[in-house]
Amino acid sequence: MVRVILRRLVQLVVTLIALMTLVFFWLRSLPGGPVDALLGERATPQTRELLTRALGYDQPIWVQYGRFLKNVVTGNFGNSIRTGEPVMDVISRSFPATIELAVAAIIIAIGLGIPLGYVAARYRGRLLDNATIIVTLIGISIPIFFLGYLLKDWLTQDIHFFPPSGRITTGLGNTDVTGFFVLDGLLTREFDASADALWHLVLPAFTLATIPLAIIIRITRASVLDVLDEDYIRTADAKGLRNATIRKRHVLRNALLPVVTTIGLQTGALLAGAVLTEKVYNWGGLGTLITDSISGGRDYPVLQALILLAAVVFIVVNLLVDLSYAIIDPRVRVQ
Amino acid sequence: MRAARMQAGRLRTVITAGVVAALTIGAAGCAESDRDSGGDKGAAAGTFIFAGAGDPKNFDPIFNDDGESFRPIRQMYDTLVTHKPGTAELVGGLAESWENDPTGKIWTFKLRQGVKFHDGTPLDAAAVCANFDRWYNMKGEAAQSQMIYYTDVFGGFAGSPDAVYDNCKAQDAGTAVVTMTKYKGAFPGAFTLTAFSIASPAAMKQYAADTVTQNGDSFSYSAFANEHPTGTGAFTYGGWNKATGEITLNKNPDYWGDKAKVDKMIIKVIKDENTRKQELRAGTVQAIDFPAPADRKALADEGYQVLNRPAFNILYLGINQKNPKLRDLRVRQAIAYALNRAQLVQTKGPGGAVVADQFMPNTVSGYAPDVQKYDYNVEKAKQLLADAGATGLTLNFYYPTEVSRPYMPNPQEIFTVLANDLQAVGIKVNGVPRPWNGGFKDDVQQFGKQDLHILGWTGDYNDPGNFVGTFFGRAKVEFGDAAMSDMFTAIGKADATVDQAAKKAAFEQVNRDLAAKWLPAVPLWHAPPAIVATKNVQGLVPSPLTAEDFNTVSVTK
Repeated sequence: MVRVILRRLVQLVVTLIALMTLVFFWLRSLPGGPVDALLGERATPQTRELLTRALGYDQPIWVQYGRFLKNVVTGNFGNSIRTGEPVMDVISRSFPATIELAVAAIIIAIGLGIPLGYVAARYRGRLLDNATIIVTLIGISIPIFFLGYLLKDWLTQDIHFFPPSGRITTGLGNTDVTGFFVLDGLLTREFDASADALWHLVLPAFTLATIPLAIIIRITRASVLDVLDEDYIRTADAKGLRNATIRKRHVLRNALLPVVTTIGLQTGALLAGAVLTEKVYNWGGLGTLITDSISGGRDYPVLQALILLAAVVFIVVNLLVDLSYAIIDPRVRVQ
Repeated sequence: MRAARMQAGRLRTVITAGVVAALTIGAAGCAESDRDSGGDKGAAAGTFIFAGAGDPKNFDPIFNDDGESFRPIRQMYDTLVTHKPGTAELVGGLAESWENDPTGKIWTFKLRQGVKFHDGTPLDAAAVCANFDRWYNMKGEAAQSQMIYYTDVFGGFAGSPDAVYDNCKAQDAGTAVVTMTKYKGAFPGAFTLTAFSIASPAAMKQYAADTVTQNGDSFSYSAFANEHPTGTGAFTYGGWNKATGEITLNKNPDYWGDKAKVDKMIIKVIKDENTRKQELRAGTVQAIDFPAPADRKALADEGYQVLNRPAFNILYLGINQKNPKLRDLRVRQAIAYALNRAQLVQTKGPGGAVVADQFMPNTVSGYAPDVQKYDYNVEKAKQLLADAGATGLTLNFYYPTEVSRPYMPNPQEIFTVLANDLQAVGIKVNGVPRPWNGGFKDDVQQFGKQDLHILGWTGDYNDPGNFVGTFFGRAKVEFGDAAMSDMFTAIGKADATVDQAAKKAAFEQVNRDLAAKWLPAVPLWHAPPAIVATKNVQGLVPSPLTAEDFNTVSVTK
């Protein structure tokens, strides 16, 4: 087990160095750049030149790359070109927003997905099963962007049930402890702020959860069906074991392995989905930061750090998934 | 036995599901009621919530040049000269009056008495001069490169041969005398620029305002710029919650002018125009900036106040004379005749847009009422092309994507209409879409790859040089480098004329010649950007320069 983790960590470092280099040169090969974005329409050649020099973009690309590498190694990602704040401050402010959203989405996806998939399998071929298949098909097919706008229009504009955007009601104020607004409200006993933040979370989290939810339902259903057909289930049934025992100990446990793999993959995909969801709901997390950094100003330092962060999250999540196999299925541990 | 167990299992499932559903509904109801009380708290009487379209950069006026930074800055600071609300007319700000000597080099400001900065220090001539000296003596490229307006208006910094500023003397506590090295036509209009707001010298010193440092390939600003902005404005700084995108401003009870009617103002950053509209409809904000042009009518029909700013901008079709065919005036005139601008305004213009016949709105001094007009005329356009031997012309038409500007809400649609018009007179158009920050500005303004393009401008202050001078006052690759030296000379001369009546006449002639003799571009429209407010907002006066002061705003329950 320790060897597996060590090997993965080495892989992580190599991947990050390769990615860093790729991202650095890729960003700079794109047309346009921060100078253009910062200057707007009123750029004179003199101001353009002054800014290019001040930002160090007049130096050879390998000098810029060397500076970048040195900064990264010393843990300094520089300052955001757009806001002037340290990149780590910008990211650490946006990170909790996205994690809060992603965690809520994954809770919805798992919390609803596994039971629904299981129930669909148990009632194979019946109305409930067929309905589940159709609904999940729609859930997978419908683009997040479209669904987000649709839900928002309906639930916030037509029937005024949910707030249209943001993480908390404007002007309500909340004490920032961890950056997770729901949690912060509980920690500081500002329960109204916590409930308000939770209320703001429902719609974006549900929007973001639709695709993983549909996938988890389908995988669980298929997996449970496979297991139900296994001989050992028939044997257990014939031995007169209680239904609940069979379900818990034999069916669910054995059916969960592919489901966990899917959850792992979907967690990574959630970060990509968050870009769209955050845009629709003005969420202010990493997704918003990525779009702002690209279209709003070619914010190289922020973009570089964000891409590295995404890679680290993706690799770590996959590592955790692999480790969780060992917990669920002892045979993996032996291998 | 087994059937009984199954039945019991099902019953348990049903009960569990019921309990979960009840808890969920209860929690939702609880959250709803809390949300309501939260909402009331947020929109309490005395708070005005305005939705802006982007993040500010920081709150040190001199390091900014964009509208989103200027909006909060304008509420916290004042300029020496300002505009009469709702117009571009100059009136006193921190200076009750101002005058210049016959050479146009010496500006004398009589300051308002009894004005205090938010830190309690007095506004006097020494404080004004400290600001001018600070700008001029700013050290380091990191800081200087962020002073876009200063470089533009004042030419350069200490030691630069192009610097326009010479010195500032406090004649007495209430009189500041600013001496320039030469006359510049931008003044006095440029004294109204938010970038040249007067800040507290004591606060700037305490919070190291000049410390702009470079970190990697970017900058970091001082505590003054980020946490302690200190001006004389109607609102004081209350904080910037970046996690929620809220900038809070508090009423300044000691303000020298009309005190703010609300106790608190919150500027909420909502970048998506559709979301801004939804927040307005949900009642969580009371006013929004830059509504989508297509939404204006619907919102007005729903009873919202759609407040059009008097148009202070221009959209034009640029013609690049690097292409030899386009050096012939007849070809450029043919292009102008080919465009059905009235229809363009009608079908694609935001509400209140008008056809432009010159490169400045009629509120700017120097606007000529009698320029040559190019009314839509297909036959004339074809004839001119034939006369110039330019039939079968093929032109690359660049237009931006992924952008919406106040003067150009929908570039792609504008392009489509213009391209159809041109094709109708026999000009073949190759549409070249380029992302705004991903090639368009580079290709058009740096490399001049285009034959035609659409672009525009929102004026910064009331001066003709800020419009035609910005576009055509010097050689630019956008229009084909040194194609028109006569034009540069004429604009330069007009801009250098000290006598205001003579300057006005000179710019009127420039506008006539631009239309009849030079035609480096075709003016298309002036489009008023709007603010939309709920019915319970009073006293919001839209500014043509998008320079609204919110001290006049009140909100009824």
